[in-house]
Amino acid sequence: MRPLSLTRLHEQAEQVVTLDRDSAPRVLFSGEDLLVEDLPVGTKVIYPKPPVAGLPNVKSAIRWAINHPEGCEPLHAKLRPGMKVTIALDDISLPLPPMRTPDVRQQVLEVVLELLADSGVDDVHLVIAICLHRRMTAAEVKRMVGEKIFDAWWPDRLYHHDAEDPDGLVTLGTTRHGEKVVVNRRAAESDLLIYVNLNLVPMDGGHKSVGTGLTNYEGVKAHHTPDHIRKSDSYMDPARSEMHRSIDRIGRVIDESLDVFHIETTINNRMFDGPMGFLMKREDHYGELDRLKLAGLQATLKALPRAARRKLFQAVPAAYEVIAVHAGRTEPTHRKILEKSWEQYAVDVDFQADVGVMGIPFISPYNVNSILNPLLVQVMACGYFFNFYRGKPLVKPGGTLIVTHPCSDEFDPEHHPSYIEFFHRLLPETRDAKVLEQKYEREFAENPSYVHMYRTGHAYHGAHPFFMWYWGENGRQHYGRIIVVGADNEHVPRLMGWERAERLSDAIDLARAHHGRSAQIAMLHHPPIVMTQNLG
Amino acid sequence: MPDPQRAAFFDVDGTLVRTNIVHAFAYYALNQGSIFGTALRTARTLAGAPLYWALDKLDRKAFNELFYQSYRGLSQDRLEELAAELFEAVLLPAIHPGTPRLLAEARRAGCRLVLVTGALDFTVRDLARHLGADDVIANRMHYVEGVATGRVVPPIVEGAHKAVAVRDYCLREGLALDRSHAYSDSFSDYPMLTVVGHPAAVNPDLRLRQVARAYAWPILDTTRAS
Repeated sequence: MRPLSLTRLHEQAEQVVTLDRDSAPRVLFSGEDLLVEDLPVGTKVIYPKPPVAGLPNVKSAIRWAINHPEGCEPLHAKLRPGMKVTIALDDISLPLPPMRTPDVRQQVLEVVLELLADSGVDDVHLVIAICLHRRMTAAEVKRMVGEKIFDAWWPDRLYHHDAEDPDGLVTLGTTRHGEKVVVNRRAAESDLLIYVNLNLVPMDGGHKSVGTGLTNYEGVKAHHTPDHIRKSDSYMDPARSEMHRSIDRIGRVIDESLDVFHIETTINNRMFDGPMGFLMKREDHYGELDRLKLAGLQATLKALPRAARRKLFQAVPAAYEVIAVHAGRTEPTHRKILEKSWEQYAVDVDFQADVGVMGIPFISPYNVNSILNPLLVQVMACGYFFNFYRGKPLVKPGGTLIVTHPCSDEFDPEHHPSYIEFFHRLLPETRDAKVLEQKYEREFAENPSYVHMYRTGHAYHGAHPFFMWYWGENGRQHYGRIIVVGADNEHVPRLMGWERAERLSDAIDLARAHHGRSAQIAMLHHPPIVMTQNLG
Repeated sequence: MPDPQRAAFFDVDGTLVRTNIVHAFAYYALNQGSIFGTALRTARTLAGAPLYWALDKLDRKAFNELFYQSYRGLSQDRLEELAAELFEAVLLPAIHPGTPRLLAEARRAGCRLVLVTGALDFTVRDLARHLGADDVIANRMHYVEGVATGRVVPPIVEGAHKAVAVRDYCLREGLALDRSHAYSDSFSDYPMLTVVGHPAAVNPDLRLRQVARAYAWPILDTTRAS
């Protein structure tokens, strides 16, 4: 028997907890709800790592990074009076949830814009690299870049990339695999393109920023296909992702034509603090106050209608801290950022489970300030949560995935108009991603109603639901079975090819009926984000 | 089998422009020429305004029939000359900022652009040319010896009849109705929207907005440039 303090220390250092008979119930998200569930003895729960300490002075780190870049001369040495400079930045899909103000992009812009002004560079445009994502509202843009920059630049010199503007795009060429390289005209014609990036997960950043963020449907189609996703052995691991290989080829063509200066940042996983800070804790370490907070939150959520629950969660920004800033050429910069990102997220595991249990939370990159519709539930379950691995997936091939989410048949017609048609008209016909791609993708992409809503409203592109369906393709190929717990209807799980259970214990019984009572069960304790690393 | 062509059908009043046919006639009435004629028609138009408004609410067809009676006695040449002036003075400034972009998007998607309107054909011909539309489905005035009789050549184009006209047009031109698009702002065009495969509401009125929500049709806004 070790002294108590050493036991605590040892316990805290381990990210994989094996449940015992007297373990506390685990807390899972189920959309905008929280479930408190007992899991069977022997279940392994994989917890996020504690947040890496943030940089004490982010602006100093930004200045240091642009003055000590990777593989090129410092930013100030690149600048000449009269230059034409474009600054591209990531859109609202990062981070999740939105971080507290000031956003890291605001801080980078403040440093860079000041440097540009001091260097006599007046012809500057700020382009939000949305590709086929929705345009942000003015309030969202203001929140991202700060009031001072917004008032000075919006909307003439701070605007969204328009993937459907026939005059706003230029083709730089093709890769040796025939992939078209299409880029925003303003960026292509600039003497210098500065990309201000935020890496929430290792999939982000690198060549993906310019090559995907500033292209159009034809450009993104080169790698957003069912084939590319199937061959991606986790698209969170760029080295083994077929999608990233394609993106990198495109990025190298861009690097030959444009002068791109990347400023990449990454953040820790401090998603909750303050009143919801207990969600960052281990259930076994809950004190009385934490249990009271959990019970209070559950009672509140039970009393509120669904839209109000959504508003409650959307109203709480995340307390993310910047943990790394690097700048310079794309590839060496991104390598350093990836190291830091994996350091925060990767949990070493030495086993593969028969059954995976994951709670699907209220948010995804594609429903910020909106509804997590059934298609996006699929994106989270078969896409992101499946791909949160490096090496071997957490669940064995042919294993069972259990997810908790109400799967409400509810779509936001302002943000996701093409999703509605995709889900209700196409999925009843087939779930085969290749058939959907071949038969319907172009029709949706060219639908003038969706094009118009994308360009003038706040809608995702007409082809975007197809990419959402492809996003989960490698997960769908991997899992033998997916069981959803707590669905409030029958047709959504049926349309997605999932089974349905009322309670988590029922779902586990269903899974054990197939895998046996000795089946290994693993729970990924999202959120905050946790990824497994199994390199053995 | 080659890919069948498809069309995009656009209502005009309220959808592409901020006017309706009452505005068009108001322009005509005020430009009759002689002092006596203008005064008389102005008085008649003003006297008839409440009746027109009430009929528009109750029955579009009856409204149109009564309304076109007001053109009786005008010469064809005069009407067409005034149509050009009408376009410059009334329709051109009234085009919604987002309309040219929406039509360009539909053209780039490979759609044949067709305007469908309950107005008279000569009043929208210049508008169609300006916007680059390929065809117009509109009411045609009946003339006798070059003078308007105040009656419309059957079939009348309004309300549910727009759907029939659209379907007949697709049959005649070999277009795929289920792959075509339709755009309107008014619930009175609901039949036209439902007859095509891809309906959309543009700057919809309250009733059409509710229907569009219920059926999850796209709701477009062309009142803003971007």
